[in-house]
Amino acid sequence: MSPDPVREEPVLSVRDLSVSFRSGERTVHAVDHVSYDLKRGEVLAVVGESGCGKSVTSMAVMGLLPPTATITGSVRLGGRELAGAPDKELQKVRGNDIAMIFQEPMTSLNPVLTIGRQIGEVLRRHQGLNRKQAREKSVELLTLVGIPAPRQRIEEYPHQLSGGMRQRVMIAIAVACDPAVLIADEPTTALDVTVQAGILEVLQSLRERLGTAIVLITHDLGVVADSADRVLVMYAGRAVEQAPVDELFAAPRHPYTRGLLGAVLKPGAHAGGTKRRLPEIPGLVPSLTEQPDACTFAPRCTLADEQCTTRRPGFRAVELTAGADARHKAACWHANTMTKEVVR
Amino acid sequence: MTDPVLELGELTRHFGPVRAVDGVSITVGRGEVVGLVGESGSGKSTVGRCAVRLDEPTGGTVRINGTDVTRMSRRALRPLRKDFHLVFQDPSSSLDPRMTIGQIIAEPIKLHGLAKGDAVRARVEELLGQVGLRPEHADRHPHELSGGQRQRISIARALSVDPDLLVADEPTSALDVSVQASVLNLLADLQRDRGFGCLFITHDLAAVEFLADRIAVMYLGQIVEQAPTAELFADPKHPYTQALLSAAPVPDPVTQRTRERIVLNGELPSPLDPPAGCRFHTRCPLAVDRCRTEVPELRTLDGGRQVSCHLVAEDGTAPDASSPVHAN
Repeated sequence: MSPDPVREEPVLSVRDLSVSFRSGERTVHAVDHVSYDLKRGEVLAVVGESGCGKSVTSMAVMGLLPPTATITGSVRLGGRELAGAPDKELQKVRGNDIAMIFQEPMTSLNPVLTIGRQIGEVLRRHQGLNRKQAREKSVELLTLVGIPAPRQRIEEYPHQLSGGMRQRVMIAIAVACDPAVLIADEPTTALDVTVQAGILEVLQSLRERLGTAIVLITHDLGVVADSADRVLVMYAGRAVEQAPVDELFAAPRHPYTRGLLGAVLKPGAHAGGTKRRLPEIPGLVPSLTEQPDACTFAPRCTLADEQCTTRRPGFRAVELTAGADARHKAACWHANTMTKEVVR
Repeated sequence: MTDPVLELGELTRHFGPVRAVDGVSITVGRGEVVGLVGESGSGKSTVGRCAVRLDEPTGGTVRINGTDVTRMSRRALRPLRKDFHLVFQDPSSSLDPRMTIGQIIAEPIKLHGLAKGDAVRARVEELLGQVGLRPEHADRHPHELSGGQRQRISIARALSVDPDLLVADEPTSALDVSVQASVLNLLADLQRDRGFGCLFITHDLAAVEFLADRIAVMYLGQIVEQAPTAELFADPKHPYTQALLSAAPVPDPVTQRTRERIVLNGELPSPLDPPAGCRFHTRCPLAVDRCRTEVPELRTLDGGRQVSCHLVAEDGTAPDASSPVHAN
């Protein structure tokens, strides 16, 4: 972990990032002025439900969106501006300085090439290693991600590996060039819990041993609680709350975060046959074709008043109460007045 | 247990040499929710499909409301189909995109002659109300609805025939957290009001804890442990159950940091050639010589819980898989 997280320069800095897509007559605002910083060795979880923009944000950071996307704002990686950079330059950055892994490893691996060839390709292209060096480094990387018998595995094809092992291979490819930032988009969602546990441990060891900063995109609040240092909550394309992980779970300051934490199932909460109802969030996620000058959660919020429906709340640091953290931000007009205890 | 709605006796389903389900016995009582938990490849979905005869069992028996339906012909089975229903994981692939919601829900009602003419529409609207949707939804098509609403439609259709047994295979796994909460609440409410028996198949331990009265844990085609929900969570006996419970992260960072994870060795063995002795021995942190050679039987302990592990004592004292030292 970083020695002084407050003063250290961020390795990745996203400012007012917006992404919109034209679809016929309509414009869909998938991401709306999202900002965050990521420091060396830090794990930032980006959480939210389907369509909240958490994946699109990361695809924009990676420069992987199709030309139909309009991107504004700034993405700085180690002091270099990526937003608007030519694709040729981005190709050098991708894989070398920033890398990404996805939910389904089988679709990202080439089925007709051996594992060794696929890891070696990255090393030879980005680091100029020869065939023999690449092979040795591949074995080293597979060991790093906890794959047993790596010398045997590099001769195998993706279909010969289990889902968990494939995801480990993807991680090995992603960290082959020791990137400063790894973006992991739902890396364990397709995996069983016992396999997931192993992948989360690999990610933790990367940040401890290599100092890799990780953006962990997930919808699973258990995974967040397990692995994150800090959390960014997104709703309908906007960042609604950001806080260190303990504080987010203990004292959320946005009603949506509260709703989400209330709705999640907690093991042990229902033991003994007490069939308590789960708290629900009423209503549906709004359409992203409009950008109202209002809080987009207001139609579903129990605290909403006139201000909420007529003025968009800024993403501001919450007022410091005893024990609160200066890095805790929320986009809610009531963030400083809501009671501290969470409804659970 | 008197009058069970579903009895599976030593059910097996082999696909060629693959022993997907190998001797599973489960009973679901009237109005009881039994959770069937396991990871990919455990055979839990195949059990569910065999239970509603969407798949043909290789051996064993399936009894619904006391009637043996294992070898019944499709024709003979048809009138009985109103007694049981299946809800799938992905509502968008189990609803016909060309039909309206009203037609989808009305289909089983008409097929079983449960209502005629205007009464059908009235029944459809009543069902929509019960799953928290409005009468207007009857005229829409599946693509016009959200994932959560589509799953409500699947449930409404399943309940249209007022079944005694509902088999739900991962009904909430494809849904977002907040939507999942509302569908689980709905299932719990309907189950309480209508009193149907339910076989709830899932990999989600928290969901099964919320809904089930009793839980059966499957590993590689067999049941390794069965117990009332609260007992299973408070005191898991089988090392696999212990590992499963320890691996699922708790949504609370302070608690999660102090929890000890039991990491299993190796990978799920192939059901083509399951390990000799206890099928879990290749990954069990506690395995001893006996486990490698002798098949443990599913024993019933005092109080009715069942477990298949050599290391669980006669009085039910179970080993602790998180501290494997003292076993050997």
